[in-house]
Amino acid sequence: MAVQGIRGAAVSKLRKVVILGSGGLRIGQAGEFDYSGSQAIKALKEEGIRTVLINPNIATVQTDSDMADAVYFQPLNVETVTKILQKEKPQAVLLSFGGQTALNLGLELHDLGVLKKLNIKVLGTSVETIKTTEDRDLFKAALDEIAVNTARSQAVNSIKEAVVAAKKIGYPIMLRAAYSLGGLGSGRVNNETELRAKAEAALYAVPQILVEEYLEGWKEIEYEVVRDIDGNTITVCNMENFDPMGVHTGESIVIAPSQTLTNEEYHRLREVAIKTINHLGIVGECNIQYALDPKTGDYRVIEVNARLSRSSALASKATGYPLAFVAAKLVLGKRLHELKNSVTGTTSAFFEPALDYVAVKMPRWDLNKLKSSDRHIGSEMKSVGEVMGLGRSFPEALQKAIRMLNIGAEGLTQHQFDIDQPLDEIKYPTDRRLFAIAEAFKQGTTVEKVHKLSKIDYWFLRHLADIVGTANDLQTKSLDTGNLLQAKQMGFSDASIALIKNVSVGSVRAKRIRFGITPFIKQIDTLAGEFDATTNYLYMTYFGSVHDVSSLGNKSVIVIGSGPYSIGSSVEFDWSAINTAMTLRSHGKKTVIVNSNPETVSTDFDRSDRLYFEELSEERVQDIADFEKTGGIVVSVGGQIANNLALPLMKAGNTVLGTSPKQIDRAEDRQKFSSMLSKLHIDQPAWIEVSNFSSAKKFAKQVGYPVLIRPSYVLSGGAMNVVSNDADLEYYLRDAARLSPDHPVVISQFILNAKELEIDGVAKDGELLIYAISEHIENAGVHSGDATVVYPAQNLYLETVRRAKNIAKDIVKNLDITGPFNVQFIAKDNELKVIECNVRASRSFPFVSKVSGHNFIEIATEAMLGLKRDTTYQTLELDHVGVKSPQFSYNRLKGADPVAGVEMASTGEVACIGDTLAEAFYNSWLATDQKISAKTLFLSIPDEQKHKFITEAADLVKKGWKIYTTAGTHQYLNEHGVTSTKLHKIQERREPSAKTVIMKQQVALVVNVPSSDKDTKDAYVIRRLAIDSHIPLLTNAETGRLLLRCLGDSNASGDEPKSWQEYVEIKQRSSK
Amino acid sequence: MQKKLRVKDQLNVHGNRSTGSDFFKKKYAKLYLSDGAVFDGQVPEWQSGEYFGEVVFNTGMSGYVESLTDPSYANQILVFTYPLIGNYGVQMNDVESDKIQVSGVVVSQVALIGSHSQSQQSLLDWLKSQSIPVLLGVDTRALTKHLRSIGSITGVISEKPPVDRILPLPPKFVTVPKPITHNKRGVKRVILVDCGSKDNILQSLLALNLEVTQVPRDYDYSSDSYDGVVLSNGPGNPTDYVDTIFIAKKAVKKGKPIFGICLGTQIMALAAGADTYKLRFGHRGHNQPCMQLKTRKCYITSQNHGYAIDEKTLPKDWEVSFRNLNDQSVEGIRHKTKPFFSVQFHPEACPGPTDTQWLFKEFEALL
Repeated sequence: MAVQGIRGAAVSKLRKVVILGSGGLRIGQAGEFDYSGSQAIKALKEEGIRTVLINPNIATVQTDSDMADAVYFQPLNVETVTKILQKEKPQAVLLSFGGQTALNLGLELHDLGVLKKLNIKVLGTSVETIKTTEDRDLFKAALDEIAVNTARSQAVNSIKEAVVAAKKIGYPIMLRAAYSLGGLGSGRVNNETELRAKAEAALYAVPQILVEEYLEGWKEIEYEVVRDIDGNTITVCNMENFDPMGVHTGESIVIAPSQTLTNEEYHRLREVAIKTINHLGIVGECNIQYALDPKTGDYRVIEVNARLSRSSALASKATGYPLAFVAAKLVLGKRLHELKNSVTGTTSAFFEPALDYVAVKMPRWDLNKLKSSDRHIGSEMKSVGEVMGLGRSFPEALQKAIRMLNIGAEGLTQHQFDIDQPLDEIKYPTDRRLFAIAEAFKQGTTVEKVHKLSKIDYWFLRHLADIVGTANDLQTKSLDTGNLLQAKQMGFSDASIALIKNVSVGSVRAKRIRFGITPFIKQIDTLAGEFDATTNYLYMTYFGSVHDVSSLGNKSVIVIGSGPYSIGSSVEFDWSAINTAMTLRSHGKKTVIVNSNPETVSTDFDRSDRLYFEELSEERVQDIADFEKTGGIVVSVGGQIANNLALPLMKAGNTVLGTSPKQIDRAEDRQKFSSMLSKLHIDQPAWIEVSNFSSAKKFAKQVGYPVLIRPSYVLSGGAMNVVSNDADLEYYLRDAARLSPDHPVVISQFILNAKELEIDGVAKDGELLIYAISEHIENAGVHSGDATVVYPAQNLYLETVRRAKNIAKDIVKNLDITGPFNVQFIAKDNELKVIECNVRASRSFPFVSKVSGHNFIEIATEAMLGLKRDTTYQTLELDHVGVKSPQFSYNRLKGADPVAGVEMASTGEVACIGDTLAEAFYNSWLATDQKISAKTLFLSIPDEQKHKFITEAADLVKKGWKIYTTAGTHQYLNEHGVTSTKLHKIQERREPSAKTVIMKQQVALVVNVPSSDKDTKDAYVIRRLAIDSHIPLLTNAETGRLLLRCLGDSNASGDEPKSWQEYVEIKQRSSK
Repeated sequence: MQKKLRVKDQLNVHGNRSTGSDFFKKKYAKLYLSDGAVFDGQVPEWQSGEYFGEVVFNTGMSGYVESLTDPSYANQILVFTYPLIGNYGVQMNDVESDKIQVSGVVVSQVALIGSHSQSQQSLLDWLKSQSIPVLLGVDTRALTKHLRSIGSITGVISEKPPVDRILPLPPKFVTVPKPITHNKRGVKRVILVDCGSKDNILQSLLALNLEVTQVPRDYDYSSDSYDGVVLSNGPGNPTDYVDTIFIAKKAVKKGKPIFGICLGTQIMALAAGADTYKLRFGHRGHNQPCMQLKTRKCYITSQNHGYAIDEKTLPKDWEVSFRNLNDQSVEGIRHKTKPFFSVQFHPEACPGPTDTQWLFKEFEALL
């Protein structure tokens, strides 16, 4: 008792705590940390602790004004964070809520003695314990002490040691990198040759690699464990992977709870989990992963993550148990039994949720958007997001999840993939293995055969076979109550049934409703109905006879969320949805959020009056609207998925708030939009809508190559391409047509060497209320999502600004916009052309909102409610500059060419605020996980851009930098009096070569700008080597030059880092 | 107005088509509750007749084999709140007694094939082989919420409405016919009073190398020689166990260690002079949080009980040792000076968590 008293007192003395965020979204580390960080901040604030958050991810909810007391949009590196800690003087720091980034940074700060020197405590799990879980030798030794089985493994520091270890364990072996996120550099190795190659690659990234026993075909199981300072321990959830060992859990379809484990297996692994976590002494939340032999029941502990993870976010959403919130309370010294189950409000937080439904998580990949990237999946993570389907049967939840992915598939059997060799894709899994299995069953392959190839448990496979069988039955029989209800219970959408029956979706829906087949609404209450819960966390099922809730009526407003994170859609749309919901609430509306993405904050059930964890499909949103008898639907804040629902929902008789869907369509439909621009005398790049190749060719000839190909209604430029000749044009046209068969392909003139600018704004009844003009540092041609964006624009003529504003005003008026919008322009030779207009919140809304201090979404939401504030906004000239930079994940995507182009490739973004453009830019670039470790760089610039680099290169050489160059660049610099070291091309096979210098990490930076017309294989290899060797890479002339300028300035990062609140006067939400 | 669905169209089995076709034949049936509520479902074609039982729900997500063979469920129709039951089939070494004890099963969907390398038969085949009725395709969440609000009541699974009023059932007892001794070379001798004991209680004692004599519930062991007594779990109202309580009183007088589990804790309380009462809908599941008051340590426990000890009536020389964190009910008592203690939950687990297995060692240490 005395001990507890002291601990309690120590925690109550905490006045200020720094929370480390996770930075930009990238593969292996996505939006889940916005969820965990937000809950942590909430939990700390509730205890009266001042919170300071460091996170350059400006689009997050956790960096909102009503969250932390101080927010630093600054890079998460030792230098900057040390400065912030010195300035803020917190008593403690939280490392476990910002993913691997925060954990690694925390360890670094500890090892460098920064925390000790500043007398800052690490809350929760100790640094020693974190190290034990991160270092495999220590980990294995610790688990050996309590006789818990781990995979046979050996940590090695060299290729030679790896070969010896592999021989001892026996091939095939598993190769893993220590200290990694998402299994970077891991994989199956079959023989010594492969081992040598893979070990070499991995040892570039990390000092230590692991050679492990290969557990192919074993079941993969996870438990989420929570433990308090007294050692009270619970497992909140267990989960079973559909894909057995060999496929990374982030790449696997996962079901919660486990389905094929007996009670004995379930509780044996649970007991091991509790024993292990107690032994390690973890305080807070962690997860433990197992391999389980399906034949003998033997197990191995694979790893323990001593922090909130993607799995914990999933477990939290799958069960309704607020893991991150509880974990934050526990690291403050609270005990589990002192906390309440926030779902029931009365029962204890020390309990384990009982589910009366299943949750199926499915990864979302975007491999087709990245050139040359390999579609196979395995022990490395490649997926960029995920969705979660809830249902009362596996097929129901699974087919929901398939549609939630938003990849064009209507279900397991109705998809767009041409799979020539399904058995091959089943044996060597790709991102579409699930569909390959369906195809195999359609072709008559047996469940046994698929099991043999994939080792996927029979239980899952039989269900997939059931779904295929149901589809076959539907095809041959006419629809009656029996088979229609069964189809719905098997998770078929109205649209997939319509496809099978070759009838209209409307007729299926009408028939279904006539038969009385409608979904029932069930609550997620964590207790399977055992106690009365007032929970507002809901899902829908066709296995039911009673609704758990009653309709909210016309005071309710539905806000459609973002759906899965993918390239082109990430936390910014979650931010928009939440800010919309909060504004609606403050105006007395009942908010209903619909979203399908477990990595979001909007799916925290306390963010809305009702949360439907459901599909963002016309069918499902209509089901919800029908049931709730809702007063209106907001489609303009969730990104393109939500936006695409505008017209169908209106046509079905719903009230869509804000701009009329007909007007949205006028902006989305290129033909309509273009004729509107012509009528308004607004210039636009020449374009044509084509249905055949010959007219495309004719157009290209007329305007001249290069031309841009793009299908309309596609966010992030899916299948967009710039082509320079007829052959490429023909090739890419086929590609573009497949993606969106209902919408024609558009080809437009591609203007080189132009500036790109954007206006984000809000209007009401066609009148502009607020706007922000930002510019891209890169010239036009880089997708706006991959561009480095400066706000307020620093290098535009006032005339350009005025003209852009007037154009925006004209468009706003003509489209009669009410709510958010975004217009993109290109400017060249005093001409301003409009590229596109989105009548919805754009990716940059949180950025311009936070840099300007005006919440654009709040203003937009009020406009949708018919409200307008009696103020004007100063958004053109600020005392500071914000720069938003793209976060790429190329190191995860083997083979992908790391060049930004018209196809968006970044997985996230960060933004920093500074006193000058250079300061904001440099910090923003560093914040994308970049680091310059020495004064050496490699420069390779095409002829037409070489002149841009002379001043900067000369300055750097003067300041002691060593510059390596390719022949052409070398000669050019030489001619202008700049010394550089020439490197040989790779194919010359002579030293010193670019290859060796990069592979040996003799340069700290690679600037390789591809030529616009003739990019070489050599250049690709250089770029790829830079990524694989973990050397910062820049491929754009403008950003490259700006960075070089920053590198010449020893104080480029600025003096003392300033918080957002120090830069910007933030207006609090206007009304309550 | 929405048309009422014909429930016979509901899916009620899963994982079936891969065997060739939907061979499972079923017919329309209902669960009729004594309060007049009716829940639609279907029964297999082989099933006919009326099946009565007290309708209770269990929130565990695994462990159906253990639950169905737990004698404490005798006389009860068991509703599984988890919608997919039978996934891993049936393994005979998971059973907790020699037969299925429940008088009926209510589920949403049952797996037609058990997917586990050790599975010996499917759940449906097993139920059929012992003529245990099952009602499928039920909105078990709606039923659970109903039971939660009105409490556990009697019901009947039938194809047609019952003719007479549904009345509470007479008590049913499960016990061994005569004493059986296990592990005769054990270091200490323990009497296991079998009121419907789960097999894993016996196994947990044997694992400590104790000699265990399993005796009928009305067997008077008080004059036998023994080192300790274990009062087992079992079905029904503890006050119906008049003989068992009477004998337990004698054992208390004798002063040797006594360990009560589940019903055994209620019998201990009654023997000590306290009262028991019926909980509205009982505790049945694998996620029941309990705190040991002395240490303030918390444990997740497996529970299956419909009655509890009335704390107010507990004699002064006894104390509450465990408490439920959800509803603060008594989950364990112990004598302040003598070696008697008991818990309302199942330290032997099977099904459910194994957090409190150490209680058996604590008992052994007292012997």
